[in-house]
Amino acid sequence: MSRGKRFLVGLALLVLASFWSLDLQWAQFFSLDAARSMGRFLGEFFPPDLSPAFVRKVGWGALETLAMSALGTLIAAAVGLLLAWPASRLPGDGRSIGPFTGRMPLRLLLNALRSVPELVWAALLLISAGLGPLAGTLALAVHTTGVLGRLFADALENIDPGPSLALRAQGLGKGRVLLYAGLPQVLPQLLSYTLYRWENNIRAAAVLGVVGAGGLGQLLAFHMGLFQMGKTATVLGAMLLLVALVDALSYWCRRRMG
Amino acid sequence: MSAAGSAALRDPAWLGRLFWLCAGLALLWPLGLATEFRPWVLLEPDSLRVSARFLGDFFPPSLQPDFLLLVARETWRTVAMATAGITLALLLAIPLTLLSTRVLSISALSGRMAAGPFWVRQLLRWLMIVLRSVPELVWALVFVRVVGLGPTAGVLAIALTYGGMLGKVYGEILESGDGQVGEALLRNGSSRLQTFFYALLPQNAAELCSYTVYRWECAIRSSVVLGFVGAGGLGQQLDGSMKMFNGAEVSTMLLVFMALVALADRTSAWLRRVLQ
Repeated sequence: MSRGKRFLVGLALLVLASFWSLDLQWAQFFSLDAARSMGRFLGEFFPPDLSPAFVRKVGWGALETLAMSALGTLIAAAVGLLLAWPASRLPGDGRSIGPFTGRMPLRLLLNALRSVPELVWAALLLISAGLGPLAGTLALAVHTTGVLGRLFADALENIDPGPSLALRAQGLGKGRVLLYAGLPQVLPQLLSYTLYRWENNIRAAAVLGVVGAGGLGQLLAFHMGLFQMGKTATVLGAMLLLVALVDALSYWCRRRMG
Repeated sequence: MSAAGSAALRDPAWLGRLFWLCAGLALLWPLGLATEFRPWVLLEPDSLRVSARFLGDFFPPSLQPDFLLLVARETWRTVAMATAGITLALLLAIPLTLLSTRVLSISALSGRMAAGPFWVRQLLRWLMIVLRSVPELVWALVFVRVVGLGPTAGVLAIALTYGGMLGKVYGEILESGDGQVGEALLRNGSSRLQTFFYALLPQNAAELCSYTVYRWECAIRSSVVLGFVGAGGLGQQLDGSMKMFNGAEVSTMLLVFMALVALADRTSAWLRRVLQ
């Protein structure tokens, strides 16, 4: 068998094994009963609760979501930069001086922070921070630190080595080389990474609350749990509106910059 | 001489820097208020005791054989959910792409697309936007209500969100390629499907496959998250163990999860390299 055929057979086996082992309840999903309960469920969304008091509450939830994402991203950018510095090899730092010992463990740490999703961090942090937006903010900060730290470190390693080497030749220490030769070169790149992550984090913050970590998600889980479908519909609408606004804004910014 | 020296050493932009520092702090203040940002609650004796006990449990991770067996089964279910979800997403995305891509339009050959086909395509595009802009977690919450706890809800949630994403990106890939070959086939009277199979697919197959593999990797990560709302798999076990404050089980599952993500990352990178 050729390589391509073996790959296709393997793929087909994986797909078949997945469907076979999951005991999916299609019968239940496509039954008349399910259709009826789905219809009833969707019907209960109408009318959405648009009383001024509740709309104001949802508006606060949206603001809280925005604030969580902004603060989380900001903390992550600051901590990420602090960690990226020792996690990157500055020019002139290679084998000539000896491998920088902090680099590998720090990269591992950043990878670990990054590979656990925000929502799992939030669920973990709830244990020490309690219910509310603090856990959500910290969860976003921890996960984003992993992402940004690695991106920042890669950016710092890929700079034009000239200025750094010149400063090193003058006898400047690593900190000052980073401040005066590294950072000015990568600052625009770091800024655009941070903005991009902020955009992602707004979306993530909207749903983080489902485990109790504040923002619109917490309102959604709360009202859905109480079967107040009108209120749930309002929160869902606000969530979609927020995501659509962020998408439109980022599309517009990219058009203007690109 | 010394006065000139100190003037040269003084930062000429200090006023601006000071201003932006103050402005930044003034902006941070309401952010902190809105997010109830009081990190020192983490250090209060009560919460410190709970966290210390929970974290202390992390080591050693739980290695009981029956628990490991359970974790292995749930890990497989997580992968299976992602795979099944992506398969259904493909079934959704391929027709959506074929119907909505502009390069397969026959009426557009003679300048402007006719009104009918234009609106069909526009409506399908809006449908895909709706599908992918509802977060998969919200789809899962809704489906858990309809079909009950278990992987069905997770698979459906992945299928809908990723169907919308794949459909959009497939369309973009097809439209970004060289359109001349497809256009020549269409002009000579081949059908849309023939054009797709003989012109568009051979041109873009590598890119389409590599994007699909990348999305499969993302689906594995998100199927863990979906478990937290009751859609089965590793996430649901993790949620259960966290609620029981069982640190040893949590640490085992976190390690397994990190290994799974790293493995999926490697596999997907390898597959994409082979496919190119």
